[in-house]
Amino acid sequence: MTSANVSNLQVGNAGDRQRAVEVVVPTHGRDVSGTIAAVDSRAASSSQSASLVKAEVRGLDFYYGKFHALKNLNLAIYDKKITALIGPSGCGKSTLLRCFNRMHDLYPDTKYSGEIVLHPDGLNLVGPGIDPITVRMRISMVFQKPNPFPKSIFENVAFGPRLRGIKGKDALEAEVQRALKGAALWEECKDRLQDNAYRLSGGQQQRLCIARALASDPEVILFDEPTSALDPVATLRIEELMRELREKVTIIVVTHNMHQASRVSDYTAFMYLGELVEYGETPQIFQRPKKTMTEEYISGRFG
Amino acid sequence: MAEPIAQPASAPQASGVSTPVRARIDRRSVPISERVIEFGLFLAGASGVLVTVLIVGTLVYEAVGYFREVPILDFLTGTSWGPQFVPASHGVLPLIAGTLVTTLVALLVAVPVGTIVALWLSEYAPTKLRESVKPVLELLSAVPTVVFGYFALLFVIPILQTMFGWVGYELGGFNMLGAGLVMGIMIVPYVASLSEDAMRAVPKSLREGAYAMGATKFQTCVQVVFPAALSGITAAYILAVSRALGETMIVVVAAGGQPNFTMDPLQQAQTLTAYIASVAKGDLPVGSIGYRAIFAVGLTLLVMTLFFNVGGHWLRQRYKEAY
Ligand SMILES: Nc1ncnc2c1ncn2[C@@H]1O[C@H](COP(=O)(O)OP(=O)(O)O)[C@@H](O)[C@H]1O
Ligand SMILES: [Mg+2]
Repeated sequence: MTSANVSNLQVGNAGDRQRAVEVVVPTHGRDVSGTIAAVDSRAASSSQSASLVKAEVRGLDFYYGKFHALKNLNLAIYDKKITALIGPSGCGKSTLLRCFNRMHDLYPDTKYSGEIVLHPDGLNLVGPGIDPITVRMRISMVFQKPNPFPKSIFENVAFGPRLRGIKGKDALEAEVQRALKGAALWEECKDRLQDNAYRLSGGQQQRLCIARALASDPEVILFDEPTSALDPVATLRIEELMRELREKVTIIVVTHNMHQASRVSDYTAFMYLGELVEYGETPQIFQRPKKTMTEEYISGRFG
Repeated sequence: MAEPIAQPASAPQASGVSTPVRARIDRRSVPISERVIEFGLFLAGASGVLVTVLIVGTLVYEAVGYFREVPILDFLTGTSWGPQFVPASHGVLPLIAGTLVTTLVALLVAVPVGTIVALWLSEYAPTKLRESVKPVLELLSAVPTVVFGYFALLFVIPILQTMFGWVGYELGGFNMLGAGLVMGIMIVPYVASLSEDAMRAVPKSLREGAYAMGATKFQTCVQVVFPAALSGITAAYILAVSRALGETMIVVVAAGGQPNFTMDPLQQAQTLTAYIASVAKGDLPVGSIGYRAIFAVGLTLLVMTLFFNVGGHWLRQRYKEAY
């Protein structure tokens, strides 16, 4: 990396952050608290004026032990939209994503500070008194590598509904069918629901994981590089599926594939070294980035 | 040490420096050391196979001699065992019953306890604790089984006698229950250690998948980790069965010394192994019917062990997961 780049990284200073935040937060719909709410009127009011905020990240810091992995992040996640997190590897995309469903709680010596407020009820996802299971009941996740359970296709999808207390063959079957249809897998699988999930192809396995995530009726689904283990055809199907899912659910997707971000997402956040460099509507980020760093990254000059 | 050029790892380098043709010629021109090593490895492998074949051959040869005098059907269906007595009786069922009962009692202890210990070690115990408990467990499997035998006879069975005394039952000083329980304790470390390895080999991504759905730790363990590790856990159970079937000293010391055709674990009885051990003290003339009976019993044990192993292997294949 060149020294010119380094000087561009100073997004932490007040002026820059103020401007970054401007794009981040809408005024409409919800009364967003504090300084953030006061900003903006032009930026978000154009084409996105109908969208509501599903979640707000406010002053979020995250630590792995002493390592400060996320630094004072502020951004709003819009309801029933796809938000892409991009940035060079190691910049904290997965770390941020995994804050939303409290995955970090599985490992010792991790610490959150700040807030992620989930609307409509205003639950602080990373609040100290909040049970991670409560959070995960509302926010699902699809991982980088398809990770179906070593069970039948049916049992994989029924896993979430069962955890949520749904019993009885008919109720479960209805849930499984609905989720598999939602994940565009029903036609391929309806005659082999009892087959082991590992007999599906990689792309089908990933759609099964999406079905599994859908079956628990989540408000938000987190995708962590969901297509990086898949071939181009399977990748396109997943992207298509994500566009369809947007009707029903809010999506946050980590990707290091710039084309994917520009193809599927409505909003894009560019991160670097644990900080949010720029956030805005996807066309704006890709066509008229405000920061030199963003421009350099999306044009492939580093990262 | 062979010439570096003879080692496959350095071959690409050699071909990079010189021409590929030359590298190939070099490989062919220095094969003697390779051949010696290959032959040595072959001998080592073959001797293992040979010893096994010899053992099985001896067993079968002597057993065939036995079955010339004793009809195999009588052997397999007779309910009284005493080939060295007059008149002799040649029914192996009492020994099989003794073996199955002690094995069953042992498995009833070893399988659940071993599995729970493994689950706890793999999923619940803090890393530091696990790292100190595992060696202790493995140390336990280094205790000679004769020690376990006397532990059964002098410690466990008296306690059992007292407890059965409370309900008015007079338990004998030798019984299959006490021997089986201690045998189970002896096998716990094997089951726990192997099952723990299997559970820890379950990829993190599966656990995270379960947690991400909102599962608790216990639900993750029972519904995802355990089934995913089932193939390896089955291997642990197979080993447990083999150990229990073949265990000798504990039953010799604590289960009693007389063949007894019963499925009641509160009775004393003799197992297949215990019979072999107690008779094979060298006072039976080679070639006598009593001597040959040992081999027939040994062959029976081998077949039983093989049967359970093959069955277990089949189960393993069924549950094999390619995560
Ligand atoms: N479990 C962990 N412990 C310590 N540091 C970690 C851990 N996971 C990730 N990191 C560090 O946090 C930073 C962000 O990682 P990550 O969120 O995985 O990046 P990305 O997904 O953008 O590639 C990296 O510097 C990485 O080395
Ligand atoms: Mg990542």
